[in-house]
Parts: sequence; structure tokens; C-alpha cells
Amino acid sequence: MREHAAVLFELREVGVDRGGRAVLDSFSASVPEGSTAVVGPSGAGKSTLLRLLNRLADPDRGEIAFRGRPLKTYEPLALRRQVALVPQLPALLDGSVESNLRYAAGLAGEELDVEATLARAGLDPSFAERDVGRLSVGEQQRAMLARALAQRPAVLLLDEPTSALDHAARDRIEAALAELRREQEVSIVLVSHDPEQARRLGDQVLEMPA
Amino acid sequence: MSTSIHVELWQVAASLVLVALAAAISFWQRADLERDILVATGRSIVQLTLVGYAIKLIFDADTIWLVLLLLAAMVLFGAITARHRAAKVPGSFGPLLIALALAGAGTLGLVVALGIFDPTPRYLVPVGGMVIGNAMTASAVALNRLGDEMADARARIEATLALGATAREAAAPTVRRSLRSGMIALVDSTKTTGLIFFPGTMVGMLLAGASPTDAVRLQLILLYTLLGSVSISALTATLLAYRHFFTPAAQLREAGA
Repeated sequence: MREHAAVLFELREVGVDRGGRAVLDSFSASVPEGSTAVVGPSGAGKSTLLRLLNRLADPDRGEIAFRGRPLKTYEPLALRRQVALVPQLPALLDGSVESNLRYAAGLAGEELDVEATLARAGLDPSFAERDVGRLSVGEQQRAMLARALAQRPAVLLLDEPTSALDHAARDRIEAALAELRREQEVSIVLVSHDPEQARRLGDQVLEMPA
Repeated sequence: MSTSIHVELWQVAASLVLVALAAAISFWQRADLERDILVATGRSIVQLTLVGYAIKLIFDADTIWLVLLLLAAMVLFGAITARHRAAKVPGSFGPLLIALALAGAGTLGLVVALGIFDPTPRYLVPVGGMVIGNAMTASAVALNRLGDEMADARARIEATLALGATAREAAAPTVRRSLRSGMIALVDSTKTTGLIFFPGTMVGMLLAGASPTDAVRLQLILLYTLLGSVSISALTATLLAYRHFFTPAAQLREAGA
């Protein structure tokens, strides 16, 4: 574990309204490099927080900085290739797993080592040719992780990546994430409703108020 | 053989029996369309009568400007009507208006430029009406589908945006399916034309006493013209409208926002 990890994201008094209701209000936090688990009750705005971090949404109030620079000044498309988000439910494009990886790598202008990328997400090479429609939800979720990794992002945002999975599938995702955490090549911000999982996977745990 | 026929008012009135039949079926089966059938019948009488007088006026005046004015009015009303079918698409009126105008101008311009029809009211008015009418249906169906698909595919589109794809890239499969659904009805009916149904123009010409050869040739020209029209309008409407679902920062707008 790193000491004095550099600050990745700095949030100051961030507020987000949806349908006239504040889903996030005056939220301030500092997210360092490394692995951060975000916990909090449902409705605390955890998913919203992740979507703010790669500009899938912008806050209505407050400031967010990424590596010391205001997030607003980043070009959204370029930012998203650096700060990859894996949503709660898998949403792959039609086709094979490999075609999904190639699509993502192509967008980021990265060379793709299919086998190595699959392995980092805990998938064996045979998955490359598999049609995404024929994968289990757990396999799809690992394919989503592989697709995000194909872009060689600096930060991975994971929105409850195991919430729709059974124990076995959850363990496989967690094993892949634990390995990524050890590699230290990519910072992780993981949203979880499960405090145990947060402790297992996070160097630090960020609690969101209800 | 006479080239024009005369239709008496009593003949039109008699055909209302079939409207009553439709309303009766709706009432009996609780399809809840009686009111709509009544409104549709009333509107068709009023609108067609007015258009009939307008066309007579335009034919008598024999000037291109009145034709253009009529076509512009059709484009405007077409876009207003299609907008209701595209209720889930924010700001659909602009794209529909441009789609119908482009489809009308493009196809009519081409058939005149190719020398298929003379640029006279006798050709431009009826052909323009068909072209704009079909363009309206196609763009309305395409945008209706676009609205549904954008709602259904929200998670996938956002996941694709999250990879740094542009709005256009993320929406591409959705736009493609919407375009297809706007065009497919006419493509399918063109495939089966003459086998399963006789298209309107041909029926009209045969009833009016034209030779079957002429009726068929004119029908073919019109079918192909309509194919051009629906593809232009469905393409234009979807390509302009999908943008309304995204912010300039390539974020999905909130549903209903």
C-alpha cells in the first residue's frame, strides 16, 4: 500500500439535482490514487458520484478536480478513455467479446493484446470468440471489465460490479480486482453497498452520508 | 374510352356505409376507435374538399409559386402531425420540418431534372402530395422508434459513451434501427405491389379509364420516387433528432428533460 498517495479526485461542495431533488448535496471528499471503496446506503448518490468523475454527468453545484485540474476543463471523450467506468449492469455491444475489446481499444488508440487483457479481467483466452449474448451475467461483467482495461485507463470506476452476481461469480470479479490492485497500474474507485467487500478491495473506504 | 370520370355526391355519401361498419366493429369489439373514426371521417371530408378547391385554384392559375406555397404548407402540417408520433424525441419539430422539406425538394427536383415530369401544377401537386405524405409517415415512424430505442438502449448507450465514444458512435446502432423501421414499410409494400395489393395511383388511373400499361408505368415511377422520398426523410429526421438526446459534452440528457 502506498504512503502519501497523490490526490486523484478532489470534490468540493458538490451538489447534483435530479427531478427537483438533490441526489448529492454539499458533498466534499478527496480520492487518492490506489484503491478507494465508496460505501453508503442506497440513494446516497454513489452511482451519481461515479458518473460525475468521468463526466457522464456534470454537477449542478460545486467543483471537482482530477489530478489538480478542474474536471470541466477536460475534454469529456478524452477524459473517459483515461477514467473508465464499468456500470452496475453489463451493457456490451452486439458481437464477440473480442470485437468489444477492439472497439474500446480503437477508441482509445491503444494496441490490444486480447489474451493479456482477458486474463487481467479473469477470463481465459477462449472467451475472445464468444458471443456476448451467450455469456452469463457474471461473464458479461468480466467482459465489461476487460473492455474497460483494453483502453489502458489510469482510473477504473466500478459501480457495484458484483451486485447482480452470485457468490462464485462475485469471487471471480473480486479476484481480478484484487490482482489489479496489486499491479498498481490503475487506480480503482469502487462503489459497493457491502462494507465487507469495501474492506476487502479498498485501500481506503469513503463513506457517503444518507 | 373516356379519360375522366364523374363521381356524384350520392356515391360518396353511400360509401359512408363502410365507415359506419368500421365504427360498429370498433364499438362491438371495444376497440375504442369510434371517436377517432368519426374525427378521421370528418377531417377527411373537410380537408380533401378544401384541398380539392385549392388544387382547382392552382391548376386554373397555372403558376409555380402557388404550387410551392401549397407544398410548403404540406411540409409544415406534415411536420406538425408527425411530431405527435415522435413525442419521446425532444425537439422533434425542427428535424421533421427539415426532413420533409428536403425529401420534397430533393425528389421533386430530381424527377423534374430527369425530365420524368414537367414542372407544371398538374404533376407537381399530386406527386408532391404523395412524396410529402410518405415522407411524413416514414420520418414519424423512424422518430417514434428512435424515442423507444433511446429509452430501451439507455444503459448500453451510456456504457459506450463511458468508453469515450462520441454521441454519434454511441447512438449509431439505434439510429440504424430507427432508419430501417422508417423505410421498411414502403420497401416491403414495393416488394409485394401488384401481388397483394394494387397501389392507389394505378387504381385511380384504371378507374379513370387509362390504359393498364400507362397505369403500371406511372405507378412504378411513383413507387421509386417514394422510395427516394422516404429514405431522405427518415435519414434526415433520425440524424438530426438523435442529437437532441445528448448534451454538447456527449452526456445523455435525463429522460423527459
